[in-house]
Amino acid sequence: MKTRFPKQGKFGDYGGRYIPETLVPAIEELEENYLKFKDDKNFKKELEYYLKYYAGRPTPLYFAKNLTEKIGGAKIYLKREDLLHGGAHKINNTLGQVLLAKKMKKKRIIAETGAGQHGVATAMACSCLGIKSEVYMGYKDTIRQKLNVFRMNLLGSEVHSVKSGSQTLKDAINEAIRDWITNVDTTYYLLGSVVGPHPYPVMVRDFQSVIGEEVKKQMKKINNKTPDTVIACVGGGSNAIGTFYPFLDSSIEIIGVEAAGHGLKTNKHSATLSAGTKGVLHGMMTYLLQDNEGQIRETHSISAGLDYPGVGPEHSHLKDIGRVKYHSATDREVIDAFLLLTRTEGIIPALESAHAIAEVIKLAKKKPKSETIVVTLSGRGDKDVEVVEEYMKKHVKNKK
Amino acid sequence: MSRIKNKFLELKQKNEKALIAYIMVGYPNEKSTISAIRGLVNGGADIIELGFPFSDPIADGPVIQNASNISLNNGIKIEKFFQIIKQIRKETDIPIVLMTYTNILYKIGYEKFMQKAKNAGIDGFILPDMSIEESKSYVNAARKSKLDTIFLISPNTSTERIKKILKVTSGFLYLVSMYGTTGMQTKIQKYTIDAIKKTKRVVNKKKPIGIGFGVNTPQDAKKFLSLGVDAVIVGSAFLRLIEKTSPKKIESKITTFTRSLKNTTR
Repeated sequence: MKTRFPKQGKFGDYGGRYIPETLVPAIEELEENYLKFKDDKNFKKELEYYLKYYAGRPTPLYFAKNLTEKIGGAKIYLKREDLLHGGAHKINNTLGQVLLAKKMKKKRIIAETGAGQHGVATAMACSCLGIKSEVYMGYKDTIRQKLNVFRMNLLGSEVHSVKSGSQTLKDAINEAIRDWITNVDTTYYLLGSVVGPHPYPVMVRDFQSVIGEEVKKQMKKINNKTPDTVIACVGGGSNAIGTFYPFLDSSIEIIGVEAAGHGLKTNKHSATLSAGTKGVLHGMMTYLLQDNEGQIRETHSISAGLDYPGVGPEHSHLKDIGRVKYHSATDREVIDAFLLLTRTEGIIPALESAHAIAEVIKLAKKKPKSETIVVTLSGRGDKDVEVVEEYMKKHVKNKK
Repeated sequence: MSRIKNKFLELKQKNEKALIAYIMVGYPNEKSTISAIRGLVNGGADIIELGFPFSDPIADGPVIQNASNISLNNGIKIEKFFQIIKQIRKETDIPIVLMTYTNILYKIGYEKFMQKAKNAGIDGFILPDMSIEESKSYVNAARKSKLDTIFLISPNTSTERIKKILKVTSGFLYLVSMYGTTGMQTKIQKYTIDAIKKTKRVVNKKKPIGIGFGVNTPQDAKKFLSLGVDAVIVGSAFLRLIEKTSPKKIESKITTFTRSLKNTTR
């Protein structure tokens, strides 16, 4: 696959590098090393080894027969990233970046996390590859995803609870950047999504593209075709771009699903591409949820992993040129999708991934049975059962 | 000639160095901001750097983060900020620099923002997250409105890069003294001394060098000035003082502290 490595990390107007000067040498060192190792035979072999034997790749492309019959329309296939070690697609990226950090002789790894999935995947990769890790996590997220905090601690990672700002993912990123500025010589910043200054959006996309590459091969084996539609949820957008990227040159339908929270007409959502405007945050130019003076707005989503006011710059570009359609799903639709998948297929999806399921429920019935839709199930939902239970107590009581 | 350039020339003739003082607008409220600015002017500050809050100040430590939050919670807006500047301009001709983050200017539009800023009496900008690679339209807009763009360098900035940054910097060059966010209180490190030497060599007196981040006391200021920088920038220390001072005493306390800092520059 040809890797598009845009000049100065620009996707149209988006991306780039808006960073404090202290980070410039570190970012340049990272770019240089990434370019050097990404096509290095030994590096690739080592990464493939860990992806296969440690993380559990390739993941199955599962025909969701019951769900397909229930909805009655196009055939639905699930790309089972939820079956990876750690329970989410995040390990694809952390293994790649931790291996790179080791090649760069870094002694300490820091990361941010929202739902805790990237934090857990960081802690796992660091434990496996023998390097110290510390994870920044918004205070609010440490409460709603406390199981993951405990997992990170068990895995030997130190978790810093971030009490500044909105106490969620964006503030965890702020704090991780501040740490990096302070310890720039010794520390590797392991960003968990396709956001931040160049080269992160490109590098994380490349590490996640294994998802779409496998889908392509597996679909070909199943019906000797490419899927007619691929769907994935979008927060920062790493599982989505990983799914989409290998299909961008084709003409298939591609849909990203954002978190509409309480609805796009309220202020309580995280649908950056659907409702945002252009701006600069966390080292990149991209769509943001902000007020008309450029202050970043607080966001809401039932899923901590999508609760972010920015989005990967490549998604912003793909939206503008119309190659990818970005839809959204409300908390209510997500809970319904979560329950439906759980009951029809016996698969408990992460609330993040349930956004993609919500979209396929709407879409599949409009499509003929001859078509196939692939939905990336980016993670499993064990971490979310408490949140779902609480939501159901409050809202779904009468339904039983 | 810009007020900033003028100020440095004037100081040179007097054989003095510059004291640049930072406070956050709207912290803890609008009235205190005006009192604090009067204190800075009375105490002899040479240039005032006014912070405008951004929700996500990645280059700032806890003191300025906290001040940003309070200012934002008080409902500070850009128009209000420009009004405050206009009010101050009736009293003083001191150079005023706005320090904030790129998105605040970008959202309104660089050109439109610059025109409004110029009109209000601002002299230049410091944006800690504006890299030179992304700076073209920002710098062009500033030049069009005859405003200074003050860029930052760090102890790890290469000689080659300092040269590039010098080309787009006007007013003065802002040397970040250490690895970290604003307001850290540490001893002066060897790498900082080396950075000052390197920067002086590269800049070769073409533009003034100001040093900031971690200048907290008159002792700190004195040490940095003895190493040959042209200006010391003090920020978090002023905010700490404002935090523990009752509103009525802000002006006099700031005057006294400013004077103690200014004395080190003579």
